[in-house]
Amino acid sequence: MELRVSGLHKSFSSASEGERVDALIDVSFVVPEGRFVCVIGPSGCGKTTLLRMISGLEKPDRGTILLGDREITGPVREVGYIFQEPVLLPWRTIVRNVEFGLEMAGMAKQERREKALAALELVELRDFADFYPKEISGGMKQKAALAMALVVEPKVLLMDEPFVSLDCQTRNYMQAAFLGVWEKTRKTVIFVTHNVEEAVFLGDEIICLTSRPAEVGKRLRVGIPHPRDRTSPELNLIRKEILLFLAAEREKTRSVNGMFTHVHDLSEV
Amino acid sequence: MRLPVSTSIRKYFGISYGKRFPVSRGIREGKERKSVQRANKSLRFLPVFGVVVLWQAASSAGLIPENRLPSPVAILHGFTELATEGLPPGYTLVGHCIGSLKRVLSGVALALASALPLGMFMGYWGRVRDILTPFVEMVRPIPPLAWVPIAILWFGIGDKSAAFIIFLGAFFPILLNTVGGVMTINKRLIESSLILGAGKGALFMKVLAPAAMPSIITGIRIALGIGWMTLVAAEFTGVKSGYGLGYMIMTARDIQRPDLVVAGMAIIGVIGFAMDFIIRKMEQRVLKWR
Ligand SMILES: Nc1ncnc2c1ncn2[C@@H]1O[C@H](COP(=O)(O)OP(=O)(O)OP(=O)(O)O)[C@@H](O)[C@H]1O
Ligand SMILES: [Mg+2]
Repeated sequence: MELRVSGLHKSFSSASEGERVDALIDVSFVVPEGRFVCVIGPSGCGKTTLLRMISGLEKPDRGTILLGDREITGPVREVGYIFQEPVLLPWRTIVRNVEFGLEMAGMAKQERREKALAALELVELRDFADFYPKEISGGMKQKAALAMALVVEPKVLLMDEPFVSLDCQTRNYMQAAFLGVWEKTRKTVIFVTHNVEEAVFLGDEIICLTSRPAEVGKRLRVGIPHPRDRTSPELNLIRKEILLFLAAEREKTRSVNGMFTHVHDLSEV
Repeated sequence: MRLPVSTSIRKYFGISYGKRFPVSRGIREGKERKSVQRANKSLRFLPVFGVVVLWQAASSAGLIPENRLPSPVAILHGFTELATEGLPPGYTLVGHCIGSLKRVLSGVALALASALPLGMFMGYWGRVRDILTPFVEMVRPIPPLAWVPIAILWFGIGDKSAAFIIFLGAFFPILLNTVGGVMTINKRLIESSLILGAGKGALFMKVLAPAAMPSIITGIRIALGIGWMTLVAAEFTGVKSGYGLGYMIMTARDIQRPDLVVAGMAIIGVIGFAMDFIIRKMEQRVLKWR
């Protein structure tokens, strides 16, 4: 089932600038079933907003999101979401967290326990099934959140910088672990990241957004099979292309908006 | 890091560095801290005991006149008198306790049954909150005592009026804590639940209620405290059965027996403390995920 995003437009009323500010103008792309797409773009360009609209958590001002031939107008279990910070119900053990979606679907106790444990097996968290969220590490929590999203068998998985709050080594490990899961499940994935290295390591395809107001600036295919070598020359070539694009975007806002964005940009260096 | 604590003190408080890093490295690390706290708890009543001893000493030495504040021993005698002979004679302490307990518990239960659902709705739907907040904030400052005539008018003299007065005192802390608890829930938790297919019913029962539970329990604890505080006022509305701690205290005042008055006050204090203790124990069990 392909995901078709067409003509998405979203503006926010901004308290400081006292007027409506466009976050996204006319974002369109199609993601074929089973593809791993990374979305990269300058800080604050509207990546989170884009994902939230695809999930149905937020309504676009204009444009449509189609999953197959069904329009997304609100949250649905077909479109899973992994937030930047792991979202778990702290009063439930890990396995009971994973069961939540199945419970909502009215599945019998025995069956949902089996499925939940299988999902935890998939993310290598089976041994921690009976722990409470506060008792496990950040990376493990994000794995649990992944199991929680995957167990209801979504068609598409949206991930908003899911590993950004982890330390560098854990992040590398989580990327590899997630690739392992993805290769088993072959979900359509849209993965938002700031990190160029992460994007080229994971994605089949990379969508680069322009700075605000965002539209699709560049699309790249990464035709390198997994597992990839983070330091290989092919990967570096693609990295370079993206870095050049991002630098050009930064240059563009600087010349258009002057000092204000200049300061704003320092945050992402 | 090792604290500079001598071995004997460590033994006394049950601190053992040996199990500081259990096999499951870093996991369940809260345990060590808790065992230290628990060891301290056995000493908790020492200061209270000390104050009572000092008080008795001061009374015996004539520093505190008996007609201003009866001595602990006199209060203890008063307590025995209340328990055996009763006040008025024949109406013993156990009956007074049960009578008051029934009023407090039914008032607080009524408050919980109404304030909890209302608070959840107000916390979740901003519009409901906007409409109801002015009413809440105007009724809330009215002292329960001021309601006594109205209570008698509406419910007559007796347990219903008393329960209503306690209900008024207990309602607002539960309501405000529930509203606050729901409002401060991480919005992502709600969004994630909606994505995973939660309807409104499941959202309220399985997400909002447990997430707000810590505040709700705090609300109940405050409500019970206020329930006991309004008890004397509640029993002003009249006690038909002749049983009630507030009523008993008023009787003791009428016959000018400060020892019985203070004994009655102390009993309310102890029962209030015991109930709070039970709730805190339940809280620890229910909220062990925290
Ligand atoms: N609820 C909102 N109200 C007002 N403005 C908003 C809101 N959400 C987002 N914005 C604005 O829209 C723009 C895009 O925000 P968004 O969070 O989608 O960017 P992002 O690319 O995810 O940023 P980051 O790289 O920091 O994660 C920003 O300028 C932000 O200030
Ligand atoms: Mg973002």
